[in-house]
Amino acid sequence: MFLENLILALRSLWSNKMRSFLTTLGIVIGVGAVIAVVSIVQGFSQVITSEIESLGSNSVVIGPRRPPGKEGEKLGRVELTYEDGLALVSASRYVEAVAPIIQQFGHMKVGEESGDYPVIGTTPSFQDLRNYYVEIGRFFSPVDDRERQKVCVIANGVLKELKLPRDPVGRTITIGGDAYRIIGVMEPKGQLLGQDFDKFVLIPFGTAVGVYGEQVAKQVALLVHVKSAADVDRATDEMENFLRIRHRLRSDQPNDFEITSQTQILKSFSKVANGVTYIVAGVVSIALLVGGIGIMNIMLVSVTERTREIGVRKAVGARRSHIMVQFVIEAVVLALMGGITGILVGILTGVLAAKLIPNWPGAFVPVWAVVLSFGFSSAVGLFFGIYPAAKAARLDPIESLRYE
Amino acid sequence: MEDLIQFNDVHKTYDMGQAQVKALDGISIEIMQGDYLAVMGPSGSGKSTLMNLIGCLDSPTSGSYRLKGLEISTLGDDELARIRNREIGFIFQTFNLLPRTDALQNVELPLIYSGVTRRERHERAKRALEAVGLGDRMHHRPNEMSGGQRQRVAIARALVNNPSILLADEPTGNLDSRTGEEIMALIDKLHAEGNTLILVTHEDELARRAARVIRLRDGQIVSDTLNRREGAPLPTGA
Repeated sequence: MFLENLILALRSLWSNKMRSFLTTLGIVIGVGAVIAVVSIVQGFSQVITSEIESLGSNSVVIGPRRPPGKEGEKLGRVELTYEDGLALVSASRYVEAVAPIIQQFGHMKVGEESGDYPVIGTTPSFQDLRNYYVEIGRFFSPVDDRERQKVCVIANGVLKELKLPRDPVGRTITIGGDAYRIIGVMEPKGQLLGQDFDKFVLIPFGTAVGVYGEQVAKQVALLVHVKSAADVDRATDEMENFLRIRHRLRSDQPNDFEITSQTQILKSFSKVANGVTYIVAGVVSIALLVGGIGIMNIMLVSVTERTREIGVRKAVGARRSHIMVQFVIEAVVLALMGGITGILVGILTGVLAAKLIPNWPGAFVPVWAVVLSFGFSSAVGLFFGIYPAAKAARLDPIESLRYE
Repeated sequence: MEDLIQFNDVHKTYDMGQAQVKALDGISIEIMQGDYLAVMGPSGSGKSTLMNLIGCLDSPTSGSYRLKGLEISTLGDDELARIRNREIGFIFQTFNLLPRTDALQNVELPLIYSGVTRRERHERAKRALEAVGLGDRMHHRPNEMSGGQRQRVAIARALVNNPSILLADEPTGNLDSRTGEEIMALIDKLHAEGNTLILVTHEDELARRAARVIRLRDGQIVSDTLNRREGAPLPTGA
């Protein structure tokens, strides 16, 4: 019986090809829009997520931060030093290692080529903490750091821009007027959304303090490695208490630093991504509503046109439920065809759009979006098909047979 | 032989706004198994209403209608549909075939609603079409067939579920006289094979082929006569 109805529905829709197509357009556009936007947003968020995750789930970043408002102004100097970090390592049983980060901008020159790049002063532990390693040459050693050697490790992107050879180890580069020896090149990191992660220069922390002055050493960012990812939350609490005591903050004073863990970054990012998804879902539900009304309208027309057919069916023994099921299935099939077309159109649009937006990481169509679109379009067909079907089922056979 | 149909003081009244129209005004008849009955009367005499009631498309306002001993007048919509499906075969003036659907599928229609399996449906519909001489037209659509062929498909559809009654409403009304004669010959043959036939017509010539003629006027039976005709089988019990 179900199969009969399915064939019947397909045949009836096929005999009105153009009308069926135009009717489903509302649903096609609605579903297509969801799939396209979701696939674009998901493609983006997948890359971001893996980027954040590559930091390692046991990484925590602590930075100096003056709290906003009056409380912050009363706080006086806001400092965070490498010594704070070292004290943390020796005091906490969760924390394994720490690396300070000083970031400045520097003008770089090699021969005729020059450019402005971030200069990052850090310690040798940086590599392990960031899970990001030297590709050619070597990273700087504790000795380089202690002796404040003028050596640098350059990121892959800088290499090309300053027209340096693939292996520039041993070459000299001037940074802000001082000559540095290149000792290594970092592995390539790629780019995301036009944001280049591959353009900076690393110098030893000691060297940076020597060049930029003791003042910069009082406002460093600390890259902290927690032994076990499971302990990150506990470690974060401990760091907060430890630093508050070390900075002699009274209980009524706010923190003068900010601790950011990877899970927090992920959380706030997915909040944004979900926000976009919800807005799209809202817009789309309106499109689906309009599509559904279109289906109801055309089904009502179809019922009127086929009054005689309904009369014949009833005369030869169709019960109300038979007629009801027949028309509901027709509406659902109509909506589902729109849904399927919409899914295909959406995937195509998403992939195409992701290609057209410069530096966009690509589209990703999550299974839940496809399943949901399928479910929603059949629900729309069901909901908006019931009224016309009920109308058909209620028709009086005698009058229907007399209908011209 | 027992009565197939028993009408006892059946009334049918329609509400037309203020006025009440008495379409049937106290009809009592018995129709036997194997009967060949013609119903005649001018338009407005109530013959369509009588057909609709016999065909279980409608229920009487008052009175009793028994079909094979079962009281019909109190049944609900779905039960009436079931009885139409099993007991009644309709033959309409306008054929009433489903367009865009071939002959075989049209004939299968009643069997779909009685839940017959796909294979048996095919088999029975094929046999019914062969019985009306359309074994070679099974996959033609109504618009690919002549009027006479369409009416044959409709007759095959009426026969396919082995109903107790065949109801033919002006079956030749849309056909030329030669084709009409062929269709009437087929209907006569169906009666000869033992089917109970009720024929609604306004043509005396057609009514003469029946064994019994009922004339209606203003919702009442004005005459109920037997045709004595050479070779025509006598209705049993009359």
